Amino acid sequence: MGWLTEPLQFTFMQTGLLATVLVGGTCAVLGVYVVLRSMAFIGDALAHTILPGLVAAYLLGLNLLGGAVVAGVATALGIGWLSRRGTLREDTAIGVTFTGMFALGILLMSTTGSFRDFSHMLFGNVLGIVPRDLVLISVLALLVLGFLFLFHKELELTSFDPTHARAMGLEADKIRYGLLVLLSLTVVAGVQAVGVVLISALLITPAAAASLVTNSLPRMMAISAAIAVFSGVAGLYASYFFDVASGAAIVLACTTCFGVATVVRVLQQGLGKGSSA
Amino acid sequence: MRDPSLPYGHRRHTDAVPGAPALAARSVSAGYAGTPGPALTDVSLRVPAGARVALVGPNGSGKSTLLKAVAGLLPVRSGEIRIYGNPVGACHHRVAYLPQRGEVDWRFPISVRRLVTTGRYVHLGWLKRPGRKDREVVSRVMEDLGLTPLAERQIGQLSGGQQQRALLARALVQDGDLLLLDEPLNAVDAGTRETISKVLSELQRRGKTMVVATHDLAILASEFDGALYLREGREVEPEPGAFAGLPVGRGAAWVG
Repeated sequence: MGWLTEPLQFTFMQTGLLATVLVGGTCAVLGVYVVLRSMAFIGDALAHTILPGLVAAYLLGLNLLGGAVVAGVATALGIGWLSRRGTLREDTAIGVTFTGMFALGILLMSTTGSFRDFSHMLFGNVLGIVPRDLVLISVLALLVLGFLFLFHKELELTSFDPTHARAMGLEADKIRYGLLVLLSLTVVAGVQAVGVVLISALLITPAAAASLVTNSLPRMMAISAAIAVFSGVAGLYASYFFDVASGAAIVLACTTCFGVATVVRVLQQGLGKGSSA
Repeated sequence: MRDPSLPYGHRRHTDAVPGAPALAARSVSAGYAGTPGPALTDVSLRVPAGARVALVGPNGSGKSTLLKAVAGLLPVRSGEIRIYGNPVGACHHRVAYLPQRGEVDWRFPISVRRLVTTGRYVHLGWLKRPGRKDREVVSRVMEDLGLTPLAERQIGQLSGGQQQRALLARALVQDGDLLLLDEPLNAVDAGTRETISKVLSELQRRGKTMVVATHDLAILASEFDGALYLREGREVEPEPGAFAGLPVGRGAAWVG
């Protein structure tokens, strides 16, 4: 069992593991709402739109994650505003905003003449996370999970019956805005782990896998978080021992879990049919 | 403790105006956002407290639109709606609304018990969780509607009639005084129909007021005190021989 503890002697592995667990857990729990409310597209879009924030902050010598938060929240509110009351269909508003922001990020990158410095933004580098980033990630994770806990009943109700929510004076739109802001904060927290290109995998894949094997919301959140944490750790170890990109390894571990969940689902249904026949 | 009558959005509780009818709609026109024409034109309705009134008409006649306008889900374009003498929203915790089944995402991972419990949220507001009293009310109403054996099922695993009973249970746990029921008997089995009819009669006995959208004319005479006939968003005369009962539409005595 020495191989399990061997990587832990390095501080960068300790920091990386802690960051992965925090980010993976947060993404996976919030991701359950992303999956159940069919917000996969906007999750992916928000991830891409924080790129110009990251690059601008880098060029100006400011805090990277701060720049990302500003860009993410601005996009979340912008998409909500563009698609208010049916002015534009929401997926159209998302498509326009996200490609524009991503292009702006690439444009800013190209002004430096080299994309090399930015590869960790695109693809993540969880082993490059320093303790100061870890503090910010923890704060974001606490904020997101705290919000989900405190407003669980409102989030749940507006997800499956927005009409009833409105009939009691609870504006489903406000909850939606809140969720979009949380989503952008989560994306920012996760971007260092897996990068802007792959972050939506952490949001969607574990939650999608969990939705295949259970019919209870709290259990779905727990399973989703467990899958994400397991995948994070497995991906990091794979990256350590086989010297492959950590972000991609984490995402592929999630995808594998999803494959397993699909098989479990098929078996469950087969058994269900067998017993009822 | 937080005043339970201060629900979401800080709309305040207002006492009923003495002697006012449970519901008074005067020349109301209403429509959906993004559509130019109104779905409801110049409709009047007066429902005394404790009465059971039917809205009768084919699909698209404006029954749901009228109920939504009363529930505060649609803005009124002209005319006026008063509930116990107060404007819409003044005491909306007293107005329970039963939507059609299609408004709910039945695949959502939530149990029947939790779905019914959401009917109590109007009394809870932000941050408060359902307490013992809420759980008691939920259990009692679920028992009345024969939902107890189904309590822990995911809502999508219910039959149409069971889903309808679950939605009715949610409307009832709110313990409102004016119930707006949109097609509660639409496409349900005979057993569910009987259960629901019995529960509605019991509610009327306890002084609740009900406005029920229906396209089923057969049950009217025995179950309702009056009926408003709608077609293409306007009030129409009942067909000869159809149930009339108390005048509740344009012909109703407009007092107060």
